Amino acid sequence: MKKFADLNLNIQTENLELFERAIRKASWLGYKIVGVPLPPKITKEKIEQLKKIAKNFGVDFASRVNLFPLNPQELLRNLRRLRRKFEIIAVNCHLKSVARQAAKDRRVDIIYFPNQIKKRFFDKAEAELAKQALAALEIEVMQIPTLPRRQRIQLISKLRNEIKIAEKYRIPVIISSGISNLMLMRRPREMAALATLFDMPMEKALKSVSEVSFSILERNREKLSPNFVAPGLKVIRKGKDCPSV
Amino acid sequence: MSERLRRRYFAIKLETEEKIDKGKVVNAIWNAIYELFGDYGASKAGLTVIDYMEEEKLLILRCYHKAVDMVRAAIAFVTKIEEKPVAMHVIAISGTIKALRRKIRGTSLIL
Repeated sequence: MKKFADLNLNIQTENLELFERAIRKASWLGYKIVGVPLPPKITKEKIEQLKKIAKNFGVDFASRVNLFPLNPQELLRNLRRLRRKFEIIAVNCHLKSVARQAAKDRRVDIIYFPNQIKKRFFDKAEAELAKQALAALEIEVMQIPTLPRRQRIQLISKLRNEIKIAEKYRIPVIISSGISNLMLMRRPREMAALATLFDMPMEKALKSVSEVSFSILERNREKLSPNFVAPGLKVIRKGKDCPSV
Repeated sequence: MSERLRRRYFAIKLETEEKIDKGKVVNAIWNAIYELFGDYGASKAGLTVIDYMEEEKLLILRCYHKAVDMVRAAIAFVTKIEEKPVAMHVIAISGTIKALRRKIRGTSLIL
């Protein structure tokens, strides 16, 4: 059975009652992993508290931070400061310079773009950079029904183009909701069905709501673990646990 | 000889604070299909309402097997009915209505 994930549930974590309601609903809808964008200044204790609440409902909580840098230098500063604190780092690429820097930096897990057509800079050059740095493209599908008709048509057309580029350059695509209103939460298969609007095959769309997100999270958790040394190298035993050679 | 049309039955749970009558719910789904796929797409869906339980807020629909993803997308697309926020969740899909009812019995309908 697939483990479904919504890595972009944009709810406030200050209100624990609302957070609990969102997690309960996510669990009812069939999600096993939920990512919530957190404020950069959040404490590790607070993250642990949120993880504990989610665990009570059988949901794995992923700590995520959405960066909105005004220039590439600010992005680099934020990455240096926050990479070891959060499991997922996503960058809002609202400027071309930021988009290019985010795509080539290996510390960035997810790049996403605003809904305005002119601010979506995912082209071949961006894909080439993202391919080398392992960044994934995130599409917030639940924004589609909320847009005015003309804007929605333009966005679907643009997304169709982006999906084609991502496929050509083998960029992983993540389908997430990106909602801040709980009434807009949908089941994973419904989100995948919405992705078929921009010509994504259903099987691939289902992977984008499950395996792709899961593999990013797993990779980062391994890196954040104290036993991690380098990619492919980790401490298995140390001290007295080591057998004498 | 023409090929037998395969069909699928959907059980849909409505998430809304107020009761909404059957006509409005069905209209909302049809409108979503028109908006996303046009008349041509709607003609391929073969959508029929089988049952609507207003108290349980449960709708049972039937469509052609090949239009399942299209109908799913349209259902996810409905966010409002007469300016009231609404969400529709597909809780089960089956090839026969008997199997669908069996599936619903084993599913939690409480959000």
